Amino acid sequence: MTIRFEDPNRPNSYIGRTVPRPNAGRLVKGRGRYVDDILLPRMVHVAFVRSPYAHARIAAIETSQAKSLSGVLAVFTGRDLAEVCTPWEGRLAHLEGMKTPPQHPLAVERACWVGEPVVAVVGRTRADAEEGAAMVEIEFEALPAVTDIRTALDPETPVIHEAFGDNLCFRKTNEKGEVDRIFAEAHTVVEESFKTARHTGVTLEPRVILADWSEAEGEMTVHVSNQAPHMLQVLLASHLGIPESGVRVICGDVGGSFGVKVHVYPDEVATAAIAKILGRPVKFSSDRLEAFTSDIHARDHEATGRIALDETGRILAFDVDDWTGIGPYSIYPRTSAVEGLQVTNLIGGPYEFDHYRCRTSVVFQNKGICAQYRAVGHPVAVAITEGLVDKAAAQMGLDPVEIRRRNLIRDDAYPRTTAAGLKLEALSHHKSLDALIEAMDYEALRSEQASLREKGVHRGIGIASFIELTNPSPFMYGIGGARISAQDGCTVRMDPDGSVVALTGVTEQGQGTEAITAQIVAEAVGVSPGMVRIVTGDTRVTPFGGGTWASRGAGIGGEAALQAGRAVRGQVLAVAAAMLQANAKDLDIRDGIVVDAGTGAERMPLAEIGRIVYFRGDTLPKGLPRELMQTRHFLTSDYPYAFTNGVQASYVEVDAETGFVKLLKHWCVEDCGRIINPLLVDEQIRGGIVQGLGAALFEEICYDEAGQLLNGTMADYLVPMSGEMPDMIIRHVETPTAESELGAKGAGEAGTAGAPAAVMNAINDAIRPLGGSVTHMPFTPERVLRAIGAIGK
Amino acid sequence: MTDTFRNRIDLEMTVNGEPIELTVPAARHLIDLLRTDLGLTGSHAGCEHGVCGACTVIVDGETVRGCLTLAAQLQGAEIWTVEGLTESGAIADLQKAFVERNALQCGFCTPGMLASAKVLIERDAVPSREGIREHMSGNYCRCTGYEAIVDAIETTLRGRAGGDAR
Amino acid sequence: MKASIGGYARARSIEHALSLFAEADGAGRYLAGGQSLVAALNLGASAGDMLVDISGIEALRGVRIEGDRLVIGALTRHSEIERNDLVARHVPLLAKAAPLIAHDAIRNRGTIGGSLSHADPAAEYPACAVALDAIFNLEGPNGRRDVAASEFFKGLFETDRAEDEILTAVSVPVAQAGERHAILELTRRSGDYALAGLAIVVRGDRHRIGAFGLGDRPLLCEGAMAALDRGDVDAAATAIADDVDPMSDIQASADYRRHLAGVVLRRLAAELGVAR
Repeated sequence: MTIRFEDPNRPNSYIGRTVPRPNAGRLVKGRGRYVDDILLPRMVHVAFVRSPYAHARIAAIETSQAKSLSGVLAVFTGRDLAEVCTPWEGRLAHLEGMKTPPQHPLAVERACWVGEPVVAVVGRTRADAEEGAAMVEIEFEALPAVTDIRTALDPETPVIHEAFGDNLCFRKTNEKGEVDRIFAEAHTVVEESFKTARHTGVTLEPRVILADWSEAEGEMTVHVSNQAPHMLQVLLASHLGIPESGVRVICGDVGGSFGVKVHVYPDEVATAAIAKILGRPVKFSSDRLEAFTSDIHARDHEATGRIALDETGRILAFDVDDWTGIGPYSIYPRTSAVEGLQVTNLIGGPYEFDHYRCRTSVVFQNKGICAQYRAVGHPVAVAITEGLVDKAAAQMGLDPVEIRRRNLIRDDAYPRTTAAGLKLEALSHHKSLDALIEAMDYEALRSEQASLREKGVHRGIGIASFIELTNPSPFMYGIGGARISAQDGCTVRMDPDGSVVALTGVTEQGQGTEAITAQIVAEAVGVSPGMVRIVTGDTRVTPFGGGTWASRGAGIGGEAALQAGRAVRGQVLAVAAAMLQANAKDLDIRDGIVVDAGTGAERMPLAEIGRIVYFRGDTLPKGLPRELMQTRHFLTSDYPYAFTNGVQASYVEVDAETGFVKLLKHWCVEDCGRIINPLLVDEQIRGGIVQGLGAALFEEICYDEAGQLLNGTMADYLVPMSGEMPDMIIRHVETPTAESELGAKGAGEAGTAGAPAAVMNAINDAIRPLGGSVTHMPFTPERVLRAIGAIGK
Repeated sequence: MTDTFRNRIDLEMTVNGEPIELTVPAARHLIDLLRTDLGLTGSHAGCEHGVCGACTVIVDGETVRGCLTLAAQLQGAEIWTVEGLTESGAIADLQKAFVERNALQCGFCTPGMLASAKVLIERDAVPSREGIREHMSGNYCRCTGYEAIVDAIETTLRGRAGGDAR
Repeated sequence: MKASIGGYARARSIEHALSLFAEADGAGRYLAGGQSLVAALNLGASAGDMLVDISGIEALRGVRIEGDRLVIGALTRHSEIERNDLVARHVPLLAKAAPLIAHDAIRNRGTIGGSLSHADPAAEYPACAVALDAIFNLEGPNGRRDVAASEFFKGLFETDRAEDEILTAVSVPVAQAGERHAILELTRRSGDYALAGLAIVVRGDRHRIGAFGLGDRPLLCEGAMAALDRGDVDAAATAIADDVDPMSDIQASADYRRHLAGVVLRRLAAELGVAR
């Protein structure tokens, strides 16, 4: 039996409805349980002494003064922890030629970025540990720092890791067709340089871990604010020499993640290692200052790109040279090459063309480590693509909507493989663009823009089409040898009273995993969502899974939940059929009651099934299966990724005297396949858009030439706040994937992927009559003003 | 330590309507007093330099930053946190609106958001959306994009003003 | 980080505060609303301070008229300045400036005396004080003294106040009939420190302009003032480029800030209806 999604009046029709999140009621009362809220008996705190140098040799470490403090219990150096913890290398076998050196939980011989942990101080309280950390004296011998991206490979630039001979971590060119010939012969060629600033995630809850080693039980219990508990379980086990079954990772409430909390961090591994040495619970709660230097950074791309078009405005080719600096180590275990790799895959993604070249060069620097962060690579690729498309449109006198209509891949042209090699199942670019034009009343907005321009008001409209990678298969990481699970599982159990517990391998960070899983299981079993209790984030009890990243929770975890729920339903109906002397296929479960499928007549409540199965199993035929707990796993296999698509528009006003940009309104039409909970999808999109708006206007990690971080507080790394953000109109097109019965693709990153490009194009639309354009993010008032020549370049 | 300067401070205060007596280190921030000494973990420390607003609580009827306020300065103060505001029902309508509108995702900012919004919804005037955005501009949320929060506050304001709660 | 301090004492009176400070033997630091000081402690900018908490001293409170001046106690909070009737009537500039400071929760604790003593060059009050020709009352071990606002600010976070002195009150001439005040700042986000801002007082046909975010201290913009006195806005916008001395930082370059000063000046002139 399949679910008739097209019928909103079908029984148990919870999939597709706005249902409030079960955990929201708890969080709004202040009853969350984040890791820093947890206190354990004998718990101590660790603080880290971090390198003040971008690159330095560690000559000597003096810890006696720190150890003499009454509140300090122990001090550890890199050599101390190297004895209990093996180093790691963030490398994937399928990324040919990739280099990265071994990394330890605490720096051993050299510190390679400002903020790298060097010494760990354990104290009774965080204040005690900090006081001790302030007393540790480290003699550093400064080494030359590499900070610039474009000169990192120059012969005169010092090499950070001598054994490698250069500062190249990874380089790849993705090429198809006759790029050079096409560009030589094309009617129109447009070229531009782009820059996306270095960002960091600024999760409101900083990273935090509480590790507890029980020697007696041989068990490490780790409470941690993380997105991928099973990944962490496996890696902690491996590096600390514990069987995987002896490591229990618990991720309760997580105060925001966005990719920041899907990586292995040296200070967190150090905390677990120290817990193993001390045999007592150790907590590390990052403060905001160390978050800026030790959380992963991202983006930091510089690119030059060109686009070739024929005389009708048809796109013929893209050619992009992308560079990115990733800090001194590739992140573990996902690697820091993936953002660049994504750029080589995603350029030109929405468009029909045959000739393609994109090279990415991933270089080492003495700055914070860059890694996967919400919408990995997408904002970079979309900005380059859409910036080039808009510039070409302007040069050819085409309206931005018209050039897109002429070039977006036709909605009936799927499945297809793009010039960049992406396998696309089914997308809806044209339908989405039509919906956007209608939602924003494009023509009316254009005439408003024109009439205001006559009054000296400079408004601009920017459009950005995009594709988003979701539901990754093992082709993303597993193929390269990383122990990151692309499959996910769900266990569904019916309790005796007919209520249901579902344990899922995907995790909750506020996006609504628990709510959508409850909806899916409720519909699959045939109970109301209120009767479904969801358990996430505990490796001891949930099926092995990948967790939440790359917008996989709904598409992969959701399908596993659907199948597990339906399996329980099947068992319930088999038991009911035996009890009722009926045929199982003539029965259904609706709102917790077994009914006749045809008439809807009530036959028996689930509580009666539960009573018989659990307490009076003797009354059922011997050998009748009555497994009211079922586990199913799901893995995508037809396509390496389920791509989604969408289009955003931004409406801005530029103050030509000050360069200030006011965001007036924002629109997004998005196709994430089957929508499970419209409210939650909308809010994912909105939150993602604002993260992209931050990228466009505010966010930039700044280092000086010596590798010193210049803006490591929330007072000077500017995140988007409510005062400057616009209202956002969200619309949907639904093209379900045929890979799964549920048909859901991901929706978590679309907002972030497209927003920066939309704003860039809007600003440039506004200032084009004044001359100049902006392509280097963030578009600060000063950069905008310099672009229009109101002050010197 | 002298007779006059102390590194531990005796305090009497009222927290969520309950009289509290305790002795804390002189450098103890209000947010750490609430979380560590009193186990009121609903309020959060997000930046510890006064910018993010996660630690916002109500002291003597006004919002303050729990991370920029030394507990030592609060002798005799009346403090309300999300736990007390929940039990008293003072912001029940606001909390309901937050849940219905999904004005929270990870929930870490929410207690501070509620404290800041409480002051606004208790004023007589119903501000514009821009006014709500401006008032809430000292509270950081990375998840929602703010629109749902503005909506939930606007709904509560209208409800209290007797207008239609949309 | 957690604040690290050497000790804390609550002062009952100004005299008591002064004696506590002396007792701290060089490590003393006055604590008022704490909105800048506690942030600095949390950032690790200072450790081991002996905090003398002056926030309970009654003599530092209150807003009152004394002759033709409004005297504002140092402990008056930003939120009180925002709402105080005497301030609104007699020194509207401060009433207009207060809502621009940070956010509600900060304004509920931060004090005018603390803000002026902290002397952040991008803060609103110091520039207002300069434009208003305010006088600061200081009290220290050697007695009381008055310092004109224009003499008080010495440099980046540096003032004429000796470490052991307490800024007790600010005294501002009450607005004359027809006097007009205005303040305008440009910030990246609501509540941020200004990239550039000007506070302006028009008393008769004389203008006084205090600049913030445009130097290492609040600046009195004499060239622009003279030009506005002549009713020449263009000349004022040109002159202000020389009046200010902005610094470059990651938010904005000096050139850009200087440019903004001219824009802000023109906008204020338009708001106040200054003739061309």
